[in-house]
Amino acid sequence: MRVPILRLGRVLLTSLPADLTDQQVMDLQIDALALIQAGKADGLVIDITAADVVDSYMARILSETAKMVTIMGGVAVLAGMQPAVALTLVEMGRGMIDMETAFDLEGGVAKVARLVASRGGRHDEVPIA
Amino acid sequence: MSREPDVVQPDAVTVTVTTEIDVAEARQEARRLALRHGFGTVRAHGLATAVSELAMNLVLHTARGGQIRLTAQDAAEAAVIELVAEDDGPGIPDLARAMEDGFSTRGGLGCGLAGTRRLVDTFAITSRVGEGTRIVCLVRRP
Repeated sequence: MRVPILRLGRVLLTSLPADLTDQQVMDLQIDALALIQAGKADGLVIDITAADVVDSYMARILSETAKMVTIMGGVAVLAGMQPAVALTLVEMGRGMIDMETAFDLEGGVAKVARLVASRGGRHDEVPIA
Repeated sequence: MSREPDVVQPDAVTVTVTTEIDVAEARQEARRLALRHGFGTVRAHGLATAVSELAMNLVLHTARGGQIRLTAQDAAEAAVIELVAEDDGPGIPDLARAMEDGFSTRGGLGCGLAGTRRLVDTFAITSRVGEGTRIVCLVRRP
């Protein structure tokens, strides 16, 4: 089953299930990038509230997805990390998660909007004074 | 192949890992075992993550998968969980390099084994090329 992607204004929202498969990740990456490329959104918030364990493979997948969105010109934010996940990731090593983060979905949406606006929106326009 | 864990005795669980679904099963079993033996949330989470790393290695690096075996021992003062990951896969030609941060042969972050070693109290690995790999970890309840 594909992981659903919701759209809220110019931001895509997705919540990762606890047991994510490689195929679901690839589908999610393709779906999100297609929506951003089609002009339907400027960024993506990935919520990991449900992810009970984030191992190095999951961390790689998250960071890679963010990188894909970023090099296309979008913004990706990771939201909802549980304290135990953060503790374990830091214990395991440096640079496990290489992307923007926010406390929760709301903060993630706000961060995408702010980062997109700070660089003049989707078409890099001069901000109106 | 059965996805149900094979309960050997009350405090030991063996999960045969060949697919990603088995990885999820293994880490859930690990968390349940840890919580059952009085480990805290963070410690249980660390163990579940270590299990996830080693189980994912079985899926990615071996053709036929392997076994994750978890055994809990309660002592008077403390409990300890032994985690064994065993396979008859290709083996690791250069163990020292495999344990380094940033080394990966299969597109991972390259910190799976090094990271796992930091999550557990003791870590031992033996590997023979063409015969398989065996990793034994201990996690203590403080």
